[in-house]
Amino acid sequence: MDMLRDTSQDEELAERAIGGDGGAFAALLARHYDRVFGLAYRLTGGRAEAEDLTQDICAALPAKLQRYDARARFTTWLYRVVVNAAHDRRRRGAAHARAAQGWGDWEVARQAADAETAERIDWLTRAMRALPDDLRDTLALVLDDMTHAEAGEVLDISEGTVSWRISQAKKRLRTLKEKEDGA
Amino acid sequence: MSDDLELEQLKAAISAATPAPDAAQRARNLALAQKNFETLQGSKDAARLSSDAPRRGLFRGVIDMLRTFPAKATLTATTALVAVGLVIYLPELSRLPAPGDLLGAPEEVVVIEVDDAPVATGTASTAAAKMAGERLQTGEAPVATMMAPQAELALDQARPAPAPFVIVAEADTESYPEADPNPLKVTAQEPVSTFSIDVDTASYGVVRSSILNGYLPDPQAVRIEEMINYFPYAYAAPTGGDLPFSTQVTTFGTPWNPGTRIVHIGLQGRMPETAERPPLNLVFLIDTSGSMSQPGKLPLLKQSFALMLGQLRAEDSVAIVTYAGSAGQVLAPTPASERATILAALNALDAGGSTAGQAGLQQAYAVAEAMADEGEVSRVILATDGDFNVGLSDPEALKDYIAGKRDSGTYLSVLGFGRGNLDDATMQALAQNGNGQAAYIDTLNEAQKVLVDQLTGALFPIADDVKIQVEFNPATVAEYRLIGYETRALAREDFNNDRVDAGEIGAGHSVTALYEITPVGSAARLTEPLRYGAATEDAAAAVSGELGYLKLRYKAPGADVSQLIETPIRGEGAASDDMRFAAAIAGFGQLLGDGKYLGDWSWGEAIALANGARGKDAYGYRAEAVRLMRLAESLAAQQ
Repeated sequence: MDMLRDTSQDEELAERAIGGDGGAFAALLARHYDRVFGLAYRLTGGRAEAEDLTQDICAALPAKLQRYDARARFTTWLYRVVVNAAHDRRRRGAAHARAAQGWGDWEVARQAADAETAERIDWLTRAMRALPDDLRDTLALVLDDMTHAEAGEVLDISEGTVSWRISQAKKRLRTLKEKEDGA
Repeated sequence: MSDDLELEQLKAAISAATPAPDAAQRARNLALAQKNFETLQGSKDAARLSSDAPRRGLFRGVIDMLRTFPAKATLTATTALVAVGLVIYLPELSRLPAPGDLLGAPEEVVVIEVDDAPVATGTASTAAAKMAGERLQTGEAPVATMMAPQAELALDQARPAPAPFVIVAEADTESYPEADPNPLKVTAQEPVSTFSIDVDTASYGVVRSSILNGYLPDPQAVRIEEMINYFPYAYAAPTGGDLPFSTQVTTFGTPWNPGTRIVHIGLQGRMPETAERPPLNLVFLIDTSGSMSQPGKLPLLKQSFALMLGQLRAEDSVAIVTYAGSAGQVLAPTPASERATILAALNALDAGGSTAGQAGLQQAYAVAEAMADEGEVSRVILATDGDFNVGLSDPEALKDYIAGKRDSGTYLSVLGFGRGNLDDATMQALAQNGNGQAAYIDTLNEAQKVLVDQLTGALFPIADDVKIQVEFNPATVAEYRLIGYETRALAREDFNNDRVDAGEIGAGHSVTALYEITPVGSAARLTEPLRYGAATEDAAAAVSGELGYLKLRYKAPGADVSQLIETPIRGEGAASDDMRFAAAIAGFGQLLGDGKYLGDWSWGEAIALANGARGKDAYGYRAEAVRLMRLAESLAAQQ
C-alpha cells in the first residue's frame, strides 16, 4: 500500500461503526468509496455495471460489517467484499447468458455482442476483459496497489499463486498485444 | 515488448482508464448505506446520531480522500473528473428532492472538491467531453497529461491506430440480438418466406441516439424493419367488414437497382373510436437501480410519464411499482383523474433507495390483475436502462411467466431509457412474449411520440400473432430477399401453427415489409440459373403471371384460432410518397449495415429519395430522419 494513506484509522473506525457509531461508518465508507468503485470498474469492465455493483455493496455493507473481524486489515476485508459481490454478479450474468441461448431466433448470443462492443474500447480494458476471471481478478487487485500477499489474502489463495497468476496475465496481455500489433 | 507491460505502466494506464464515480450517485449510495446502517442499529441507537454527524463524517472523508490519494497525478485526474461531474449533473441534482436526506447534500460535497482542485482546469475539457457524451476520444489523447510520465509509453501501445477526431463509443455492456442480414434466396430452391410482423421502434431510437452523439451505430443495433415501422404511414384503412386491418401489396422499381423491383406490403390497422375504448389499467414497473439516476434515464422517465398522464381519462387507473433499487408498490391503483397524487408519487421516485425490491415483476402483475374488471385492458409498462433483475433470475422462467400472463390477459410493454447498459435483446424478447411494444426513449420528443401521439395504438391491440408468408413464383421471380425482419424469421411450418407467437398490431398502427425481387431474365440476377432447373420453372409459369402469393394469419385479441387472409402479388403499382419513403429508410438502414446489395447507391441518393418523399409529415418525423441521414453521411465519410 502507498505510504501516504493513513490506514491505521480504518480498523478503529470499523470497530466504532460495528459498535453503532454512524459518524464512524460514514467516514469509513466515504474514504473508501472511490476505490471500491475503481475496483468494481476493473472487475466488471463497464461504467454502468460498476455503478450498480457499488450500489449493491453500499446497501449490504452495514450488515456485512457486523462480520468483520478487527484482527484483519479493513482494506483487505473490504476488497474481499467487492470481489465476492463481483463474482455473484458475474454468476447471475452467466446464468442469464446460458439460458438466453434458448430464446429463439431473435435472442442474443451475448458473447458475440460483447466481442463487437469490445472493438471500441481502450486496449487495456478490452485486454483485461479477455482474461479468464481468476486472472482478471488477481490483476485488478495488484494493479490497485495491493502486494501479492495482500491480494492472496483477499482471494484466499497463496502468495505464490498470485505471483503465478500475475505472470500468466502478463504473458497473455503480451500475446494479445503482439497479435494486435501484427494484425 | 516485455518492458511495455511492466506493472507500473499498467497501473498508470488502468488508473487513467478508470472513470471517476458519478458524484450524484456517490452521494446517494453513501446515503443508502447510512440508511441501512441506521436501520440495522434499530430505532434506539439511531437517536444517538445527531443530524449533522454523518455530514461532518462525509466532509472529513472527502478531505481525507483527497489528501491521501496515492499519487499527485492520480489525484489530479480524479478531482478533475469529479469536478466535471458536478457541471454535468447539476441540472439533475437541482431536480432531486435533496432536503431531509441525511447525506444527500451533494452540492456541498462537490463544492469542496472543486475548491480543492485548481489543477483540474487544464484537463477538465477532456474529461467533460468524455463524461458528457459517455464516449472517449481517440487520436491525440490529452488524457496522457493526467498520468505519470512512465505511463505514456503504455498508453501509446494501448491506443489503436491513430484516427484523429473519430469518436468511438465508451466501454459499455449493451447487448443486441445477433442476426445477419437476410441473404438473397433463389426462388427455385426456397420459394417460401415466413416472418412475424414487428411494430417495435426501439432500433430507430438507438440509431438516432448514436448518430446524434457523433458515431455510427453498431450494425447489430440496426433493425431495418423497426426503422421503417417507426414512421406513421397513411395506408388506406379497412373499409367495412370485420377485418381489423387492410392489406395492400404494391410493386415498384428498386431505387438502388434498376434491374430489381420492390414488393411493398403495407398493413393498416383500424382506428377504433377512441371515445369507445375500454378503461385502461396501467402498472408502471420502474427500474430504480443506481444507474438509472443519469439525466437521460429516471428524470426523463418521470417527464415522459407525466406527458402520458395527460392522455388518460378519468376512468383509467394507474399504479406504480419499483424494483432493483427501492422496493415494491409506491402508488396504489389510483384513478387517472387524481393527477396530483400520481405526479407526486412519480416525482418522489429516486434511483438507489433501499435494496429490497426483488419481486417487482410478480408484484406488478398482481396489481394489474387486481385492477382489471371484466372487459378491461391491463398492461404492465416496464421502464429500465437494462437491469432486468425483476425478481425472476432465470430468463426462461421469466419468458414463460410473461407469456402465461399474456394469455391470461395482462400485456407487457418495455420502454428503454439511456445508453450504456441497454439490453436490447432482452427488451425485445420480453415485449414479444408479453404482446407489447419495445420502444427506446432518448428524448422528450420521443416520449411524446410513443406515449402521447401513438398511445392508443401502443396500448390497444386489434390483432394478435400476425404472421406473413409469401410464396414466390419461380417462373417470374428468380431471386428475392426480405429487407429486415431478421430477428422475426419464422419456420415455414410455424405459419399455420396457432401456438407459435408472433407480433401484434395496435389500433391505427401501420406495418410495412419490403422484399427486393429480381425478375426472371433480369440482368441484375446474382445467381446463375441452373442448367437442369428449367423444367420446374416452366411448369410453374403455366399457372399465371403472378409474382407470388401473400398469406397472412392473425388472431382477434384473446382468440385462440387464427384467421387467414390471402392475396396474389401482381407486378403492377405505382409508388406513393409513403412507399418511396419506406424504401429510402430501407436504404438508410442498409447503408448503416454492410450495404452490399446497394451497389453504387450512396447517402446522397438516399437523402434525395427521402427528402422527395416526405409528404405531409405532420409531426416532423421524416424531416428529422433526413437530418439524421445527412449527419450519418458526414460521419461515414470520416471513416
